[in-house]
Amino acid sequence: MADVAFRGATRRFGGRPAVERLDLEVADGELLVLLGPSGCGKTTALRMVAGLEEPDEGEILIGGRVVNDVEPKDRDVAMVFQSYALYPHLNVEHNIEFPLRRRGVDAQRRRQTVREVAASLGLQELLARKPRELSGGQRQRVALARAIVRQPRAFLMDEPLSNLDAALRLQTRADIVALQTRLGTTTLYVTHDQVEAMTMGHRIAVLDHGVLQQVGPPHALYDRPANLFVAKFLGSPGMNALPATLEGTTAHAARVARVARVDGGHVPLGDDGAAAAGQAASLVVGVRPEHLALSPSGTLEAKVLLVELLGADVHVLCQLGDQTKLVVRQDASAPRPAIGDGVRIVVASGSVHVFTGGSGARLGGPG
Amino acid sequence: MRRGRESPPARTRSSRAVREAALGYLLVLPALAVFGVFVFYPFAANFRLALYQTPPYPGLPSRYVGLHQVGQVLASSGFLQSLGSTLLFVVMVVPAGLLIGLLLAVAAHRRLRAMAVYRVIFSSTVVTSVAVSALVFGTLMDPVVGLLPWLGLNPSPPILQNTTWALPAIAVMSVWQFLGLSFIVMSAGLSAVPEEVLEAARVDGASERTVFWRVTVPLLSPTIFFGLVVATIYAFQTFGQVDILIGYSSAAFEHVNLLVYDILDTIEVAKTSGQAAVLSLALFCLTLGVTLLQLRLVERRVHYAA
Amino acid sequence: MRPDSSSSFGERGSGRRPEHPGRRPGRRPGRRRWRLAARYTLLTIGALVVLAPLYLTVVSSLLPPSALAERPPPLFPLDPQWHDYAVAWSQGDLGVYLRNSAIQTAIIVCGQLVTSVLAGYAFAFLRFPFKRALFVVFLATLMIPFEVTLVTNTQTISELGWYNTFAGLTVPFLATGVGTFLLRQAFLQIPRDLQEAATLDGYGRLRFLLRIALPLARPALAALGVFSFLAAWNQYLWPLVVTGSGNGVRTVQIGLKLLQGTEVSRTDVALAGTVIAVLPLLVLLVVFQKQLVRSLTAGAVK
Repeated sequence: MADVAFRGATRRFGGRPAVERLDLEVADGELLVLLGPSGCGKTTALRMVAGLEEPDEGEILIGGRVVNDVEPKDRDVAMVFQSYALYPHLNVEHNIEFPLRRRGVDAQRRRQTVREVAASLGLQELLARKPRELSGGQRQRVALARAIVRQPRAFLMDEPLSNLDAALRLQTRADIVALQTRLGTTTLYVTHDQVEAMTMGHRIAVLDHGVLQQVGPPHALYDRPANLFVAKFLGSPGMNALPATLEGTTAHAARVARVARVDGGHVPLGDDGAAAAGQAASLVVGVRPEHLALSPSGTLEAKVLLVELLGADVHVLCQLGDQTKLVVRQDASAPRPAIGDGVRIVVASGSVHVFTGGSGARLGGPG
Repeated sequence: MRRGRESPPARTRSSRAVREAALGYLLVLPALAVFGVFVFYPFAANFRLALYQTPPYPGLPSRYVGLHQVGQVLASSGFLQSLGSTLLFVVMVVPAGLLIGLLLAVAAHRRLRAMAVYRVIFSSTVVTSVAVSALVFGTLMDPVVGLLPWLGLNPSPPILQNTTWALPAIAVMSVWQFLGLSFIVMSAGLSAVPEEVLEAARVDGASERTVFWRVTVPLLSPTIFFGLVVATIYAFQTFGQVDILIGYSSAAFEHVNLLVYDILDTIEVAKTSGQAAVLSLALFCLTLGVTLLQLRLVERRVHYAA
Repeated sequence: MRPDSSSSFGERGSGRRPEHPGRRPGRRPGRRRWRLAARYTLLTIGALVVLAPLYLTVVSSLLPPSALAERPPPLFPLDPQWHDYAVAWSQGDLGVYLRNSAIQTAIIVCGQLVTSVLAGYAFAFLRFPFKRALFVVFLATLMIPFEVTLVTNTQTISELGWYNTFAGLTVPFLATGVGTFLLRQAFLQIPRDLQEAATLDGYGRLRFLLRIALPLARPALAALGVFSFLAAWNQYLWPLVVTGSGNGVRTVQIGLKLLQGTEVSRTDVALAGTVIAVLPLLVLLVVFQKQLVRSLTAGAVK
């Protein structure tokens, strides 16, 4: 087992950077999730660790050693592919055994190890089957088994759950976490699904357009997003972003609550938010849906566009003024508005994040 | 142990790429060497040889005559005779071979009892060689032990010595020998026609005949064009039957002197490699022409379909 | 055209169908049975015509010489004579020719498989400059019939001293454009993920080829193998040219020509030889029909 690090790693495709000067360290035994939309460079980053892509600049380290010119086969990392990449002509047993054959393990030991690993993943009944005779979930487990069988220094997982149906995904998510905890193997996990990231990762690294946006524990990213991109990407639905202008500016009156004027009304800024906003020319305020509520006393005036019942929750999509939309999350038990209703929205105090209008960088907010 | 810091990554990648490229060339090399020595070099050499006249006696140097020889050979009565026979032969073999193949393929293209047996039978002639077909049919057509004379077909001189019948006789055995391939190709084409399209046509109320001519055949046309090329090239290259059953000794030889036979004859007997080269290039042009024609036809059809 | 009688009803335009919904089902089974019978008749006639030449050859080869001229010809050898086979084998040197054909075919099949696998692998998996151009060069070989290269190839073989040798017989055919194309296509079907997984599992290029790519390309390999076998075994022109003098490496196809040419009187022996020459391939056809069809239609379905 080993730590993994990127140092200024850059990979370009046809001049376009897929990953740009990535600096990131994955601690020994950590499960770090690389999160981002498709095309953000997360898979490229993963493949650089595997050695399937070589960085144009910078270094990749495994166990403190630069591995840029170490062949993939000598890096001692195992990868779980999105497609699982099982060998179709080999049965489950030989698929799992495959990586061991090249590692000078004698046949007796190989058999033993394969059986142990298969048993730990509930595959012992399936050893004689070919991949095409397996269900999606079973294939996924074989891919995991093949990765763990040789006890690599790190696991690289590339969207391993994306080909499973929703129910199975939930189950497998928990299984992978349990497995990783038990083995304690450093794991880099790539996904575009923020729920997976939030529930699985010890830490999450968010990438966009090849650039690292923020890295930290899930709650830190959720509560204190470094910029608008992270704010919107995490959470379901993501944070509401409202373009705003400052109002009631009095330079020294820190105690006087300031407000941000937005389409359809204003949003009170907390003390820290107000201080952070400073003299910024243009702002965006961010509020998570769960910090909004429909209330006659609200400071925002809106029109209901859509009401979605999700079981325990209801999402109410509202139009503010001409330009802005936002989502309010309320309990299913609360009275539900009808589409087209005019409503007022109240913003919970101390829940407003402030970002610059230009780069979207966080200026301040709760936490 | 190698250490990463000593060589910058960019260098590593380029050296890896060089190794990969070297391996690529190494793997391609064996085939390329064979092609170079036995396909491209001799092909290209034809162009040079065609410009030199080989003296009739060995040991004398060949003489540069430019395009003179090309014109001479192409205008010679021997070549025109041979070309005429070859084209006539193509006309006899190609349509018959393809049509019968298509007919059998259509007849056998149903999921019915015993169809597998029929398919094996119809494909069977694909494994026969020219020598086998020549011996089989040579015997059938033999004036003494053959069956054809008994069936009343007994011209004089005998079929294979007969200036009228020799070429059609060779054509018949060639059609038979080609039938297996024709059947296989047509069957493959038929199974590639999507069943839903045929069903749609039937649901739209078309009769089986309409479905066949208006839907199946148009969808089959790339296969038919392909078959056309294969059949034509097969006919152009016919040699063995003539060599085994006719030969010079036959009175009908001049009428069955197919192009490839003429080429070999020019090489081995006349020993005039210059003339043989001209004949080879003529054969190449014929083959190329047929292939290009097929490509154009297929292209047009694809455009039409789109 | 016939008047609108019920017997021609089924062939008339579909527009009429809804008007007589009750009548069709009653008539159909008869029609269908008639059509089925017609189809089987056609098929059977076709099968008889296609089979007749070979069947008669087999029968004649088993007849005693006296029965050969009988008319009508016997359609079944009631008293099969194996004597002609023995004669063809020993006096016609067919045993030697068969052995030569087997060696020639084995060399060509193995050679083509090896060169096609190597080149196909390079074209499918490796990056190198001028790859596309080289691939076009490979395909260009399909445009040049072997007959066109005969003039110089005979000279080359003569200069190499390869007349009457297996080298002369086989080396010009050790590579094939079709085969390379076929294997390249088969290799390209292998998902990239599988290659990368194998790489991470510690398998280099060669091991990947042997343990993953070749097993997965088995159908293409089989198709190519059967195809080369057929083509090599049945070669006529080139073996005739390079085995002109002496029995050393003469193949069975040329042997057939000699049986026909030099022993005209022994038609029965020639026929026995024909059966011997075609038998291995009939077995090949029955056993490997699927592979054979696949390889022969590779160009058509492209």
